Amino acid sequence: MHWLRLLALWVAIAILPQNAFAEGPDTALARFAQHNFMESAKAVRELASDQWSGAGAVLAALSDNRLYYDAASKVIYFKDEKGTLHTARDGLPAAGIDVATLSPVHLNNAVRSALEDAKGSMTMVSADPVQRLSGAKDAFRAHDPAALPAITAELAKETDPEVKLALQQAQAAIIAASVDAPIAQRLDAIKVVQARGDDLALSVLSAIGNNAQGEVKTAALAATANLQATAAIWANVQNVYYGLSLGSVLLLAAIGLAITFGVMGVINMAHGEMVMLGAYTTYIVQQWLRAYRPEWFDASLFIAIPLAFLVTGFIGVIIERTIIRFLYGRPLETLLATFGLSLVLQQAVRTIFGADNRNVGAPHFMSGIFHLGGLSVTYGRMWIILFSILVFLGLQMLLRATSFGLKMRAVTQNRRMASAMGIDTNKIDALAFGLGSGIAGIAGVALSQLDNVSPNLGQSYIIDSFMVVVFGGVGNLWGTLVAAMSLGVANKILEPFVGAVLGKILILICIILFIQRRPRGLFALKGRAVES
Amino acid sequence: MKQSLWLAFDLKTRIFIALLALAIVIVPASALLTAPGSALNIPVYAIALMGKYLCYALLAVALDLVWGYCGILSLGHGAFFALGGYAMGMYLMRQIGARGAYGNPILPDFMVFLNINSLPVTWWGFQHFPYAMFMVLFVPGLLAFGFGWLAFRSRVTGVYLSIITQALTYALLLAFFRNAMGFGGNNGLTDFKDILGFKIDALGTRILLFCASALALALGVILARLVVTSKFGKVLIAIRDAESRVRFLGYRVENYKLFVFTISAMMAGVAGALYVPQVGIINPGEFAPQNSIEAVIWVAVGGRGTLVGAALGAILVNFGKTWFTGALPEYWLFVLGALFVLVTLFLPDGILGIFKRRQRPQVTVDPVGEAQHGDA
Repeated sequence: MHWLRLLALWVAIAILPQNAFAEGPDTALARFAQHNFMESAKAVRELASDQWSGAGAVLAALSDNRLYYDAASKVIYFKDEKGTLHTARDGLPAAGIDVATLSPVHLNNAVRSALEDAKGSMTMVSADPVQRLSGAKDAFRAHDPAALPAITAELAKETDPEVKLALQQAQAAIIAASVDAPIAQRLDAIKVVQARGDDLALSVLSAIGNNAQGEVKTAALAATANLQATAAIWANVQNVYYGLSLGSVLLLAAIGLAITFGVMGVINMAHGEMVMLGAYTTYIVQQWLRAYRPEWFDASLFIAIPLAFLVTGFIGVIIERTIIRFLYGRPLETLLATFGLSLVLQQAVRTIFGADNRNVGAPHFMSGIFHLGGLSVTYGRMWIILFSILVFLGLQMLLRATSFGLKMRAVTQNRRMASAMGIDTNKIDALAFGLGSGIAGIAGVALSQLDNVSPNLGQSYIIDSFMVVVFGGVGNLWGTLVAAMSLGVANKILEPFVGAVLGKILILICIILFIQRRPRGLFALKGRAVES
Repeated sequence: MKQSLWLAFDLKTRIFIALLALAIVIVPASALLTAPGSALNIPVYAIALMGKYLCYALLAVALDLVWGYCGILSLGHGAFFALGGYAMGMYLMRQIGARGAYGNPILPDFMVFLNINSLPVTWWGFQHFPYAMFMVLFVPGLLAFGFGWLAFRSRVTGVYLSIITQALTYALLLAFFRNAMGFGGNNGLTDFKDILGFKIDALGTRILLFCASALALALGVILARLVVTSKFGKVLIAIRDAESRVRFLGYRVENYKLFVFTISAMMAGVAGALYVPQVGIINPGEFAPQNSIEAVIWVAVGGRGTLVGAALGAILVNFGKTWFTGALPEYWLFVLGALFVLVTLFLPDGILGIFKRRQRPQVTVDPVGEAQHGDA
C-alpha cells in the first residue's frame, strides 16, 4: 500500500513549482539515454543518493514506464499522470514535442531492484514522518550495508521517536551483520534487533548466527532461540484464537439446536438447512442491494440478520405446527421426519438457486487484519466471535429475564408440571422451535461470511452441532458455550500436531468416550430428568 | 424339528421366506434357460441390482432387530455394513494378485502408488477366504461390542445414543478417507477380478452371488425371528417399552442390548460383504451418516418391529431410488424427503402396519418416546 502513497508523493514533487528543480545531476539523467539497462540502474542509484528534488518525479515516471528520451538530442522527458509531457531536467511542460518521436526508457529486473532500493532511501528523507517511517522499515528489510551512511545521517537529524527507533533498528541490523564493526558494537546491535522481535528480526539474527564467529555468533544464536520461543508462544496464542473463532461458529450453529433439544427433547435434523436458508437470505439481501441500493452494501448484514431470523423462525414455526406437533411422544421419529425435511429443503434450494456456490460479499468492516503483539486478528473472525457472544448473551437474557424464557425453562425442566401450572406447552414448543430456527438463520448470516454458500452448507455443520449439544448437555446454555469453545480450541490445538482430519477423528472419539462418563453431557439437568 | 421351526414363524415370515426360495429358483432358471433378449430373460445387470437390494434388505433386518425390538435407534449401522464390505473388498483385492496395473503380486495397486513397500499388518491373511469371512463377522462384531459395552453400561440412551452412533460412523468416514489408513483412501477398493476363482462379472458368478444374498437374507430373517420370539426376545421388547422397569425387575439390560447390538452388527457386516462383489467397489462414502439414516427410513417404511417389513421397505425404497434417479433425478430427494415425513406422520408402523391396524387398535403412545419427551 505504501508504494502507492509513495507514488502519490512523487507526483506531488513532480507538480512542485519549477524552481524547485534547481541543481541537478545531468550526468545521471544522461545515462537514461544510453539505451542500456546497467546505465539506467546506475542512474537510478545516483538520482536516489543525490539531493536533487526532481528525482522523485523521474523515478516514479520510470517505474510506470512514463520516462522517454530523445535518441538524437539525448534529452530526457517524462509524462505526468495526466499524460502531459515534461522535460525531466527542469520539470517544465515540453510543449510541441510529439511522444511518438521519443523512445521509452525500458525496465528490467536490475533497474527495478535499483528502483526498489531507491524507494527506501528516497522516503527516509521525506518531510512526512509516515513516509520516513516506512522508509526506515524498508531499510531494515533490506539491511543493505551501502545504506548505512545515509541511515546514520538521517538518525542524527530525526526527531520523531517512532521513526528514530525504526532507523536505529535498521542501523543495528546492518552493524550486527557487519564484519568490520567492533564486537561490542555488534553485540549491542544484536540486542536492538532482538528487541524488535518480529519475523524479520528473527531472519536477520538467524543469518548472523549462521555466518558470524565467536561471541557474536553465540549472542545471535541466543537471541534467535529467545525470539523463536516467543514466536512459539504466539503461535499457540494464535491457535487458541483460531480455536475460539471456530468455537464461536460452532456456538452459533449449535445454540439454536440446544434450545429445541432442551425444550422438546428433539434433535432437529433440518437445523443445518435453517442455517443454509439464513445464508441464502443474506445472498438475496445482497443481490437486492447491489441492484437497487449499492451504497448500502456495507449495511447488508445488518439488514440480513433480522430478516434471516424472521424467515427461518417463521419456517420453524410452520414446521412445528405441521409436522413436529403430530409426533409428540416420539422424539426419535421426529429426528427422521426432520431429516426428510432437510432433504426436501436442500433439494428445493438446489432447484431454485442451483447447486453451485453463491457469491456472498464481505462488507467493508469485515475485511482487513490487525496485529496484536504476535497475534494477527482478521476483522471478519473477530466480529463473528463478538457476534456469537452477543447472540449468546441475548439468548441468556431472553431465557432469564422474560416471561417467555421463564415458561420455556419450566417446560424444559418438567413438562407436565409446567402444563399443570397453566403454561400452554404447545405454544411454548412452537415458539421455542421458531426461536431455535431463527437463531440458526442468524448463524447462517454469519457463516455466509466464512464459508461457501451452497445447498450443502448446513450439512457440513450439523454433525458438529450435534456434538456440541450432546457434549454440553441440555441443562443450560452455558453448557453449549463451554462445549463449543472447548471443541473449537481443542480442534485447533490438535491440528498442527496430527493434521486436520485426524484431529477431528480424535475429537469425535473423545466425545464418544466422554458421553460414556457423563451420558447427559457437561451440564446435565439434575433430579428426575436423569431418569428419562 | 424342521416342522416345528417352520410353525414358529408367523404368516408374513413364511410368505417372505417362500418368496426368497422362489427367487433362488426363478432367477437362475430365467437367466440360464431362456435366451438373452427374450421377455422371460433377466439380464445380468438386473441380477446384480436385485442382489444389491437383497443386501440392503439384510442391513434393514439387522437395523430392525435393534431399533424395532430393542429401541436402539442406531444412526451408524452403515459403518458395520461398510466394515464387512471392506473385509470382503480386501479379500478381493488380494485375489487380483499380479494382474493389477503395477503387476505387484502381493501389494494392491494403490499401495504401490502410495509407496507402501510391505503389506500392512491389517491386510495379513486376507488372501484366505475363510479368514476374510471370519473378519467380515469379527470386525463389525468387535466394534459393536466395544462401542455397545461402553455405551450401554453407561446407560447412554435415546437421542444421545443415536447421535454418538452417528459420530462413530462419521469418525470412520474421516478415517477411511485418509490414505495413511492403508485402505485405499478416497478411491476405496475396486477393480476386482475374481472371487473364489470365479470371474467376478461372469453371469454364473452373478447368479451365485444373488442366490447367496437371498440365502443370507432368509437366514438373517430366521435368526432375527428366533431371537425375538424367544424368551430373550420378550425381554428385548420389554426393554424397548420400559427400560427402567426391566432393570428394576433384575435384568441386566446392558447385556441384552449388547448381545443384540453385536448380532445385528455382524448381520450388517455380512450384508456389506455380499454387497461389495455385486457392485464392484467399496469406498469411504459408504460410511456417510446419510446412508445410515436412509437405512433407518427403509425400516420405517416397511414397518418397524416386523423384520420382514424392514426387508420389504429396503427393497421398495431402493427400487424407487433406482427408478427415480434414472427417470427424474431432480425429484428423488423430494420423494425421499417426503417419504421420511409422510411415513413418520401417517404410517408409524410402515406398510405392514396397514394390515396390522385392521386386526387390532393401535397403541398410540410409544412409552420409550414418552420417557424421552415427557416428564423429563
